[in-house]
Amino acid sequence: MAAVSITPAPRITTLILQRKTLAIGLAVILAIALLALFAPLIAPYAPNKLSIVNRLKPPSATWLFGTDEFGRDIFSRTIYAGRLSLTVGAAATALAGVIGITLGIVAGFFRRADTVIARIVDAMMAFPDILLAIALVAALGPSLATVIVALGIVYAPRLARIVRASTLVIRELPYVEAARALGVPTWRIMTRHVLRNLVSPILVQATFIFAYAMLAEASLSFLGVGVSPEIPTWGTMIAAGRQYVGQADWMTIFPGVAIILSVLSLQLVGDGLRDLLDPRLRKDL
Amino acid sequence: MSQTQSPAAGDDVLLSVRNLSKHFPTANGVVKAVEDVSFDVRRGHIVGIVGESGSGKTTAGRCILRLVEPSEGEAIFDGVDLFKLSQKALRAYRRRMQIIFQDPYSSLNPRMRVGDIIGEAIDTHRLAKGAARQARIAELLTRVGLSPEHARRYPHEFSGGQRQRIGIARALAVEPELIVADEPVSALDVSVQAQVLNLVQELQKELGLTMLFISHDLTVVEYLCDDIVVLYLGRVMEQGPAREVYANPRHPYTRALLSTAPIPDPTVRRERVILQGDIPSPLDPPSGCVFRTRCPFAIDACATTVPPRETVSPGHTVACIRQAELASLDIRKVSA
Amino acid sequence: MAAVLSAPSPSPLAETLPEDVVLRADDLHTHFIVGERAAKSVDGVTLTVRRGQTLAVVGESGSGKSVTSLSIMRLLAYPGRIVSGRILYRLRDGTVVDLASLPEKRMRAIRGKEIAMIFQEPMTSLNPLFTVGDQIMEMIRLHEPVSRQEARQRARRMLELVEIPAAEKRLDQYPHEMSGGMRQRVMIALALSCNPALLIADEPTTALDVTIQAQILDLMRRLQRDIGMSILFITHNLGVVAEIAHEVAVMYAGRVVEQAPVGALFARPRHPYTKGLLACIPNPERDRTADGKRLMLKPIPGNVPSVLALPPGCTYAPRCPLAEPRCEREAPGLVPAGPGHLSRCFRHELL
Repeated sequence: MAAVSITPAPRITTLILQRKTLAIGLAVILAIALLALFAPLIAPYAPNKLSIVNRLKPPSATWLFGTDEFGRDIFSRTIYAGRLSLTVGAAATALAGVIGITLGIVAGFFRRADTVIARIVDAMMAFPDILLAIALVAALGPSLATVIVALGIVYAPRLARIVRASTLVIRELPYVEAARALGVPTWRIMTRHVLRNLVSPILVQATFIFAYAMLAEASLSFLGVGVSPEIPTWGTMIAAGRQYVGQADWMTIFPGVAIILSVLSLQLVGDGLRDLLDPRLRKDL
Repeated sequence: MSQTQSPAAGDDVLLSVRNLSKHFPTANGVVKAVEDVSFDVRRGHIVGIVGESGSGKTTAGRCILRLVEPSEGEAIFDGVDLFKLSQKALRAYRRRMQIIFQDPYSSLNPRMRVGDIIGEAIDTHRLAKGAARQARIAELLTRVGLSPEHARRYPHEFSGGQRQRIGIARALAVEPELIVADEPVSALDVSVQAQVLNLVQELQKELGLTMLFISHDLTVVEYLCDDIVVLYLGRVMEQGPAREVYANPRHPYTRALLSTAPIPDPTVRRERVILQGDIPSPLDPPSGCVFRTRCPFAIDACATTVPPRETVSPGHTVACIRQAELASLDIRKVSA
Repeated sequence: MAAVLSAPSPSPLAETLPEDVVLRADDLHTHFIVGERAAKSVDGVTLTVRRGQTLAVVGESGSGKSVTSLSIMRLLAYPGRIVSGRILYRLRDGTVVDLASLPEKRMRAIRGKEIAMIFQEPMTSLNPLFTVGDQIMEMIRLHEPVSRQEARQRARRMLELVEIPAAEKRLDQYPHEMSGGMRQRVMIALALSCNPALLIADEPTTALDVTIQAQILDLMRRLQRDIGMSILFITHNLGVVAEIAHEVAVMYAGRVVEQAPVGALFARPRHPYTKGLLACIPNPERDRTADGKRLMLKPIPGNVPSVLALPPGCTYAPRCPLAEPRCEREAPGLVPAGPGHLSRCFRHELL
């Protein structure tokens, strides 16, 4: 699809390293992802190994992040939970992206489709996210796949709205007119001229959605409509720890920190990418 | 050099616009942006379309290129009515007519390298591939006064004048016969404007281009164009050979326009015809002659009759029912 | 650079400003400083506005003409700063102040009442949420203790002054209900409502159609004749300059390169840039042969230098047909080149 560039782009690594916040964000989220990925190798204990004698132990050399009310190792559970949280976030974002971008650009280009799509999107955004997700999960039956599909559908309208609004602006710009005057087919105009100029708002929104989806998954799990409570997720861990706040703060603090770090680093990445992808800002380094 | 060609070559009409109308339905009624506009563009000539905002000059240009679908009329391009072509059949004609825009900033995709912007034109019509494509891009850039290395840069790295050159290179990439230039120098500084005007002329001569030059700048049009069409509220007020119209403007609107165009010479003390009031809304244009609400010579009949086109000299037509009696009148004295 | 804080005359600055001069910028430098880099948008502007006259400041984009006007109004946005130079202004009571160093509090009393400003796009300078009448009344009551009713009367008279038909009705309209030309008239009414001595007009007709531009220029000329205000008229259009100006200051790359009475400037420009600029405007009498053949225009070669990297010496030298080695080393000063005619060129005598 993309045209052959005349010169190779400047090395992507140099471009990233020039931007401190982007580099830090990427490093953190990559570290979290790697920890999650290699959890079986890194975790000192099995995430569900019970040890009643060691319940509610504070962090120490033995239990890095302490233990929970069943004596399970919080550190092990936290990195295992990362697998699920990140998977749900990434998959839901990807799904929301596919649905949202497609709907948005079609709505932006074709007036007739727009009247229908805009209504549906507005209707969906009128519901609180969680309520809509609960309804969807309830309808489809709780499972990991269901949670992902539900969150993907719930967050798709956010992207659809942004893409539609920007498409409506861009399609009227002279460079799109120039492409039409040249006889460039509509689908190519959509991808080359419209989507390409939407990469940064989409990416920024996607990082938010990633973060929201992770939080939403936690809420769903807490409410018992998400994944099975046996599977550790940051959300179920915080929910469980809630009863022990003041007594065993580490139960909530560490999974909480994991969420905060993921969300923050994702936003740093989003902001950094927005700058990186805008050739106008690239020069001003 | 080419504008006063021998009649034999000059009579070869490339584009003939007949009764072009474009009506936009809006929430508040129908806007008649262009109404019954007809003119011919001879091969190798530059026709200037002049008007103020709301005159429909931009819409007319867009209709001819079918970037806006016309409501009525014909545009006979080399014997074929462009308005009757299917989208598919139109594609082949897109290669033969191109457009240059006013705004050098929004007319280039900020995310594409210059080489890709020009390359897209080449690719769309499968004109060249691989090394030949690169060579063609380099050639086009050189032709418009840039250098081949510029192909790898992004639009924001260029000045307004340079961007305008890139836009011209994109239009030339498909070797068009007709170019619609929509205010191509209006957004540029004076010194840059002169550079681009020279480029446009060179290319026009060299490539034998035919041009529709849309502008509000009467000085530029007088200098550049062979023929002129004066639009007001979507209607043609006056049209004809540029020299003739500038020397002998017959429509009160043309006269007022010419007398108010600022001339960089304080010693020229013209008595100016300053039109009263504002341009009426195209949603609710005046009856009869659309200019009558601002015309110093309007009479009752102007409100009831849509003035027909009257020929006052070869190729020079005027749409004013009083043109004959006003011809001998010194308009300046009346308004002063 | 001392400002006159309280206004006992005779002020020490009074002698430096001739009686007939309202405003004089003296070697004004306004830079936009970010980190180590300074964009020298205004880099030595000297210009004079005479009482009751119009000085047109003409220049291309990036010449610093708008920054000059914002410097005079002290409306520079961060990181813009006047780094040196004086802006001497004669108040109505005769005292002379240096606007460049006046405390902000006193500057506020000068804006609107002494010096008013109008802009290119009246839509953005009028508040869309208030009626035109409210905005003019607010302006009047900000500077003068008058009743609402009196202010409304004055506002109506202002609209009549700028020839807006059905003024009473227009007072209650919102800006978006008006055409561009009408809005610019409202802007002028707003600017003149406190009877300023100096009006700064920044490209006031650039966004307007030719026939509307003619109306506005006509109005400004008439108002100047009737009220006697001075005008600093900023434009890029030499045609408009010829119509409105008494004197002209030509700016290039942050400097005034020539100031002269309008007739002298067009008859015999004494700076190569001015001359080049005039040659760039198509002139069918000059650029077409008797039988109508077009001659090529003579553009100025090259581009305007970046304000981040101005060439040493004369900033126009790289594009100048008269440049000699000296021009690239040494910056020429603004020197007399005829009666009331100043030129920043070593070789102005060759022109």
